[in-house]
Amino acid sequence: MDFSAIVSDALRSGIGPIAAVYALAAMGLNLHFGYTGLLNFGQVGFMLVGGYGLAITVATYDGPMWLGVLGGIACAIVLALLLGLPTLRLRADYLAITTIAAGETLRLFYRSSWAEPVTGGVFGLQRFANDFYALNPIDPGTYGVWLVRFSSRDIWVMIVGWALVVVVGSLLALLIHSPWGRVIRSIREDEVAARSLGKNVYAYKMQSLVLGGVIGAVAGMLQAIQVQSVNPDNYDPGVTFFLYTLLVLGGAGRILGPVVGAILFWFVLSFLDSALRQAIDAEYVSPDLISTSEVGAVRFALVGVALILLVAFRPQGILGSRKEMLLSGR
Amino acid sequence: MRYQRIFVPALALVLVMLPAISTRAQGEEVPRGPTFAARALQALIDGVQFGVIIAITSVGLSLIFGTIHLINFAHGEFVTIGATFAFFLNVSAAGPGWHLIPAALAAVVFGALLGGAVERGIWRPLRARGTGLINMFIVTIGLSLLLRHVVLVLYGTRPASYAQYDIQSTIGLGPAGITPRDLTVTLLSVLVLLGIAVLLQKTRIGTAVRAVAANRDLAEASGIDVQRVVLFVWMLAGALAALGGVFFGLVEIVTWDMGFKLLLLMFAGIILGGLGSAYGAMVGSLVIGVVAQMSTLWFPVDLQYAWALLVLILVLLVRPQGILGRAERVG
Repeated sequence: MDFSAIVSDALRSGIGPIAAVYALAAMGLNLHFGYTGLLNFGQVGFMLVGGYGLAITVATYDGPMWLGVLGGIACAIVLALLLGLPTLRLRADYLAITTIAAGETLRLFYRSSWAEPVTGGVFGLQRFANDFYALNPIDPGTYGVWLVRFSSRDIWVMIVGWALVVVVGSLLALLIHSPWGRVIRSIREDEVAARSLGKNVYAYKMQSLVLGGVIGAVAGMLQAIQVQSVNPDNYDPGVTFFLYTLLVLGGAGRILGPVVGAILFWFVLSFLDSALRQAIDAEYVSPDLISTSEVGAVRFALVGVALILLVAFRPQGILGSRKEMLLSGR
Repeated sequence: MRYQRIFVPALALVLVMLPAISTRAQGEEVPRGPTFAARALQALIDGVQFGVIIAITSVGLSLIFGTIHLINFAHGEFVTIGATFAFFLNVSAAGPGWHLIPAALAAVVFGALLGGAVERGIWRPLRARGTGLINMFIVTIGLSLLLRHVVLVLYGTRPASYAQYDIQSTIGLGPAGITPRDLTVTLLSVLVLLGIAVLLQKTRIGTAVRAVAANRDLAEASGIDVQRVVLFVWMLAGALAALGGVFFGLVEIVTWDMGFKLLLLMFAGIILGGLGSAYGAMVGSLVIGVVAQMSTLWFPVDLQYAWALLVLILVLLVRPQGILGRAERVG
């Protein structure tokens, strides 16, 4: 087994573009779940409308990229309003059901045959981020230290991605410590108490849903830009569950929770993935038991186990406070 | 908030009209064959058949919600496991190659055991630890992810059919038709649903289930063993999900993610009928099944499941307690 390759894979995805995308999306989810107590199981839906908003504007209608970014954000706002209007007055479980259903329905909708002229159907859309890469100030080639090397394109995406994480994180930190943030957290702790103090709980929840959704859409755009392609099947509900796992791992209700969670999550996941593949190739694990093509599924199953164990035994994750995470939802 | 009640249905209506207009603009004609009335009747029959299968699976989901207020996001996987376990016994080269009927019965027993095991192994300890309800929802998500991918590793990605009753000729019913297999499945499903109703209304354990659903504390104070009732509900839900899975695999096809796809429709059904009400789940699922199949008269088949969500959002706007649910003031 080649240990340096395993460590290299793990480090590369721990700090790479994909971790930045997940950190950003989880920050939006953190605003929903960690701070407001909204159970949004459809964050992937916001990423989908963000990514497709950009891709459709540029690839289908030949629009400029800045318009695509605005379009993606507008789509996320509309989606959040559509989801929030009927459900935010009801109990937490209604939002959970509606969001998970909406995320999956959007995916079916975008990959359906009648949407194909606009969305590309099952084939998706490609090559719409050339304007972004044209701005790349780094000369082509690969750069890196020790085992970690990235192409200049990846470095450009990483710079923008982690810069976005810093900017969004700072804004969220300011927001959470403002009066608005205190109301949001009081809704999580006791909705009735917040209401009896004269706060319009419904409006605050809606603002939180919209804002977190927009952050999710920005993450979706970054992901679409990184691979220069959008495909409906990349937005399956599994993405949301990954986000929950890394959010709970890092610590929900903490500004740095999603960042620590995303880095650690992708490091561990790639480490396991790479180690398992190498073990199978070296026949330490019998190919009859798990073949290389099944490693992806094993990885998902392990994430499921990790999520169950984390929530059951350490709901506050690494950074959170246990007291804040005993949510009853009633 | 009057304006919301008008605004969102109007938006939904626009969404419904758009595809109709766009398909007309592209000049795509639906293939002309049987008359519209015949196709409508056929869609209705298919819809009822689909609806009763959803009803079988969603009754358990609704009963679980009624008794412990947990939404089991892993319920779809119970369905898949039922279908794939029967597939293993019936078709798989490694299995014993039983006939489908004993295989289906074994799958139902396995489903009940799985439901019981999950309750004893996960939910009871978590309730004893005082884990919050929202955290329990996330645990069901983790369980769903785990079970689905275990099935994927064991079963693989290839869709397949059972060995028996695969291809049959239809019996004519006026202008429409139904295969003997589908007719049997539909009738059996209706019988099972009636059986559940009798169980809930007439038997001791059924009365206890209704009592726990109505008021848990009062039921406990009257001497009902709530833990035993909850265990029974989980085993019943697991058995019904497995049966629904076999039926769905029989009339459609067995895949590793069939349950997750059905989950969307089950949610729509139980919310339409009223969260927590077993009869509501039956009525709601029937409506959803018919809506999904009837939609194919006007819209592409690949959007069939998407209509369920529209129904779900409309119901939440107009009558969030559902058809048979009781209005409950929240906040």
